[in-house]
Order: sequence, then C-alpha cells, then structure tokens
Amino acid sequence: MSRIINLGMNHETAPVALRECLASDASNSEKALVAMKQVPSIGECLFISTCNRVEAFAATEDSHSAGVAILSIMCELGGRSSNELESSIYSYEDAEAIRHLFRVASSLDSMMVGEPQILGQVKQAYALAVRNKTSGVILNRLMHRAFRVAKRVRTETGISESAVSVSYAAVELARKIFHILEGKKVLLIGAGEMAELAARHLRTHGISEIIVANRTFSRAMNLAEAFGGHAISFSEIEACLVDADIVVASTGAPEPIIGYEMVKGCLRKRRNRPLFFIDIAVPRDIDPKINKLPNVYVYDIDDLKGVVEHNITQRKQESLKAERIVQEEVEKFQKWLETLSVVPTIVDLRKKAEGILENEFKKSSGALSSMSESQREAMFVMARSISDKLVNDPIVFLKRTISRSSSPAYLDLTRKLFKLDGEEDDLQ
Amino acid sequence: MIYIVFKISLWLHLLSAGGFIVFLVTQQKCVFRISYWTLLCGFLLHTVFLILRYILIGGTPVLDLSSALSLFSWSIVLAYLLLHLKYGLMVLGSFAAPFAAFFMIISSAMSWSDAPAGEGFKSLWLTIHVGTIFLGNGLFAINFLGSIMYLFQEHYIKEKKLGTFYSRLPSLATIDSINYQSLITGFPLLTVGMISGSIYAQYALGTYWQWDPKEVWSFVTWLAYAALIHERVAIGWRGRRAAIMSIGCFTLLIFTFLVVSLWMGGYHSFGSLGEKRGL
Repeated sequence: MSRIINLGMNHETAPVALRECLASDASNSEKALVAMKQVPSIGECLFISTCNRVEAFAATEDSHSAGVAILSIMCELGGRSSNELESSIYSYEDAEAIRHLFRVASSLDSMMVGEPQILGQVKQAYALAVRNKTSGVILNRLMHRAFRVAKRVRTETGISESAVSVSYAAVELARKIFHILEGKKVLLIGAGEMAELAARHLRTHGISEIIVANRTFSRAMNLAEAFGGHAISFSEIEACLVDADIVVASTGAPEPIIGYEMVKGCLRKRRNRPLFFIDIAVPRDIDPKINKLPNVYVYDIDDLKGVVEHNITQRKQESLKAERIVQEEVEKFQKWLETLSVVPTIVDLRKKAEGILENEFKKSSGALSSMSESQREAMFVMARSISDKLVNDPIVFLKRTISRSSSPAYLDLTRKLFKLDGEEDDLQ
Repeated sequence: MIYIVFKISLWLHLLSAGGFIVFLVTQQKCVFRISYWTLLCGFLLHTVFLILRYILIGGTPVLDLSSALSLFSWSIVLAYLLLHLKYGLMVLGSFAAPFAAFFMIISSAMSWSDAPAGEGFKSLWLTIHVGTIFLGNGLFAINFLGSIMYLFQEHYIKEKKLGTFYSRLPSLATIDSINYQSLITGFPLLTVGMISGSIYAQYALGTYWQWDPKEVWSFVTWLAYAALIHERVAIGWRGRRAAIMSIGCFTLLIFTFLVVSLWMGGYHSFGSLGEKRGL
C-alpha cells in the first residue's frame, strides 16, 4: 500500500535564517522536485516553499528510505549539513501527514491563523508539481481534497472573516458604516509613513479621492501626488471636513488638531452624512468627545487594537471548529487510500460482479420460473463463469502490478472503470 | 374549509420565522434559502386564502380584527419580499418573518366572521383604500424593523462593542437606505389610501370627513410621517434620529390601527364594521 510522508519546517520549528536558505532561490522548488523524482522509492512528490515554511510531501512504498532521501535533498539545496537541519525538521506519516497538509492549506498552521495567502501558495506548488509531472493519482486526489478542506474551513467557520491588522480593521469598520468605499473622500492629516500606509490600504479598497493636509506643505504635496490626490494646508482642514467621509489622523502634534466645536459646526452643512475618524496618532489628534456627536464615529489606535485582539480570540475559537473539519476529511481520505491497494480492490471487484449476477437473476426470476430446477442451476453456473471470466483478466493484471510504482494509477483506474467507490464524489 | 389554507400558511410562516432565527445565529446560507422559500410558499397560500375570503364574504376581507391582522401580516411579508428583491439583504428576513408571524398568530387565535359584507362594502374605492393603506403599513413595518436594526448597529459601532450581532447586521448605510426607501414608498401609499378612503366615505356616508376617531388619528399618523419625510428630505436627517422618529411614528400607526379601532368607537371600529352599523 502507498503511504504519504511529509518532511518540513515552519516558523515555529526553524529560525528564519534556516528557512531562508531553502527558499532563497525561486527555482529551488523545481530543483527539489526534479531531485525527488529521481529517488526510486518516491512515487509522487510535491514541494511547498514560502517565507514561513518549507514542506515536502511524497507518496511512497518505502517511507523510511524516502524520508532519508528527502532530507538529504533538503540539505543539499540549503547547503547545510543534515545535523543542522534535523533538529528543525518535523516528519509525519500517513494520517499525520495528510492532516498536516490539510491544516497548512486551510491556514490553521500559519503564523497568522486564517490568513488567505497560503492557499494560493499551496496551489502554486501543486501546479508546479503537475507541470513537472511529479504528482500522480494519490497526490492529485490529496491536493484536491486539501483545496476542498480549505474551502470548507473558509465557508463553514469564521476563521478568515475578521480583520487581524489595525489598518484592515479600520477598513472593515468603514465598510460597516458606508457599505461601499467607492466614491468616498478621505482626508489624511499628517503625511508620515502611517498616513501613507493607510492611504495605500484605502486606495486598494476603492477610495477614489484623497486629500492630504500636513504642516510642511511640500511633504503633503509629495504624498498627494503619489496617490493622485491634492494637498491642503492645516488651516483648510475645517473647510475640508464638510466634504470628507473618512479622516485619518497621524501627526505627531502634542495637542488635538480636530476639536469638538470644529466638527459640531460642520455637521449641518454635511447634512448629517456619517463621518468616520481614524486616529492612529499618539498622543491623539482627535478629541475623543467628538464620538458623542450624531453620525460621527471616532476610533483611536487603542480601539482598533481592541478590535484586532477580539478578532484574534474569535479566530482561535473558530479554529476548533476547523480542526474538526480537518479530522473528518483526513478520515475520509485515509479510507480511500486504504482501498487503493491490490487486495481490497480485487475483493471489491469480485463483490461487484457477484452483486450484479444476483441482482439480474432476481430480476429475471419471473421469466425463469418456467424452467426446471436443474435448468436454472445450469443457467446460474453459466452466468457466473461469464462474470468470472470478465473480471479475471483485470485481476490478474492488477496482481502483476503490485510491486510497480504505477500500481496506484492502475488501481485508481480500475476503481473508476468499475465504479467500485459507489456514488462517492468525483473530484476530477 | 378555506381556514385549512390559512392554517397551512400560518405553519409555513412559523417555520420560516424559526428558520430565519436559526439563520441569524448560524449564518448558514442554505438555512436562509429554505426559510426564504418557505416564507414565499406561506405568502402565496396566504394570498390564495385572502382571495377565497374575498369571494366568500363578497368584499375586502378586513372587516373584523382577525382579518385585518391577517392582511397586515400579508402586507409586511409583501413589503419584505419587494425590498428583498431590491436589496437582497438576507438578515432583514430574520426580523420581518418573525414580526409577520407574530401578527399571524394573533390573527389565528381570534374568531373569524364569515358574515357576507354589506352592500356598502362592495365598492372598488374600499378595495383601493384598504389595499394602499395596508401596503403602506407593511412598508412602514419594515421601516420600523430597519430602524431597530439601525439603532442596534449604530450603538455597537459607537460604543465599540463589535460582537456577534455587529458582524451579522448590515452596514449603517444599507439599513438607512432601506429605511429611506420604505418610507418614501410607504408615504404616498398612505396618502392615496386616505384620499380614496375619504372619497369612499363620500359615496357611502355622504361626507368626506366627519371627525371620526379613526379619521383623526390616521391624520395625526399621516402628519407624523410627513414630518419625518420632511426632516429627511429637506433637512437631511438620517441615522439615529430618523430611526428613533420612525419608531415613534410606527407606534402611533399601531395605536391608530389597533387601539383606536378597538376601543375608541366610531363608524370605523371593528365592532361597528362587523355589525354593519356604521354604513
């Protein structure tokens, strides 16, 4: 029976220096695949390399020698001795390896649990394996399962629902107030790094108009130019509040720049359109009392951090649900993998033939009732030998493939041709 | 016989209301779909029931409290379905379906009067009067529910309590837009309803206006909604204040609809409608 093994290291087991040396070259993954393919004990293989992890998966008949081979390939690629790597590397087999892949794909093993990039990276790694023809029946199915698990985790749990960074939390809040950010105006007060970051973030979420106010006007001009907005001086802020929808403040001023009266005065002119202040400056630029005004919302950096922290605990709870989904899918996959060996397949094939035989006899029992007992007996024997002969050649063929690396592919094909897995979902 | 149709419809409403509440908690899309279709089936059966009743009593089935509540529930669901087509806002059903089911239950708990409607009730003007008023009321009910949603969501955002309900409720802009839409559509309907009512009164009673309690309170309700619309359109009121005023207006509407009709007498009360004294 084929087994699945996994060797790898992630942000928890290996320091960045070590992960780097394996991921340094973009072509490393391909090199690893090519090297792994040449190992006789490895039937199929896959290599994932991101900035936070390096993983090798392989389907093999001989897990020990395959594991040793993979380790030496990793050492060679990274230019490290096996002693150096061994302590940072984990290795899993069978159910553990499958579970690990499912957890990685659904972002349960990520540094930031629930971050969405990892699935894309796993998909890329799989595409690379397909291009290099290193994935076969087992890994194909395993990877499709992994993508399905990731999708289930994403849709059935709230793991990637909430924002876990301050700037993203601010955008989420803005969405809960304005629904869509297209066509909304943003006023940036302060033109530092923070403001630039916020502006970039808001731009990617559809904000079209950006106005920059800064004490040094030239700095404001530069930033405004970079985002296709326009610059104003500090004294124009009050007039600008009438049009703005979102205000991001990040100056280093010791005193609040926007006061209660200033905002109160412009509310009527704004016809009560909502106004959202994001205050990421310390000390604060926006008078917290402003939050009391109708249709005005003020979030300072601590509020946003609070939101983020809350979301992180939420994610942890959701990850329990996700682990359950992973467990379910691991069991399903293992069941399939177990049937993918010669003896169970032959047994299933015979059972199928027997089942058809009995069914057909039952169906024709009315027509056969006029026959004598011995005639019916002869009929049955003949039918049985037909069905036996039909499945005999496939069985002999399967037995002959036992020791070949192509065995899983033939087994899979047989199971599909004869529909031995019932109506079970077809992944292709 | 036709009450079996009503009973089935009632059960479908209850099932769908339960489903919508489950959806609110679990956020499973399939639960929403099931609840939505159940509600739609319930609504269609309810429509069939109303048509059968119309034929049975020979006039708009609104003359006793039970029928009026059933029609009210029907118009809430109709208003919800219309707004759902426009906004596709799933969470609105979690409020509208239980609200409509609530009136269905009360309606089912009371006795129906199957007495044929008097000659005076067989006027097209009455059908227009009742139809427009009730559809308007349905929209105002959605406006009321939207306002409650708005107050909750605005409270969560303002107080920075971003919990479970915050994530389930839609954005402030969306709720406010639904509230505006339901108000701006409901108000002309209410106006047409009152005008057609007074024309009908001229035919049936010989006078457009006779200071009946229901007439007076309806006019007060109309004025309240007119003031709300004025504030929204001319002054640019929105959000919290508009939501609170919407809730006030709807309370007044329910008062006019139920309390005035039940206890304050006049030709428009259910008592006199049933006995055909008023007309």
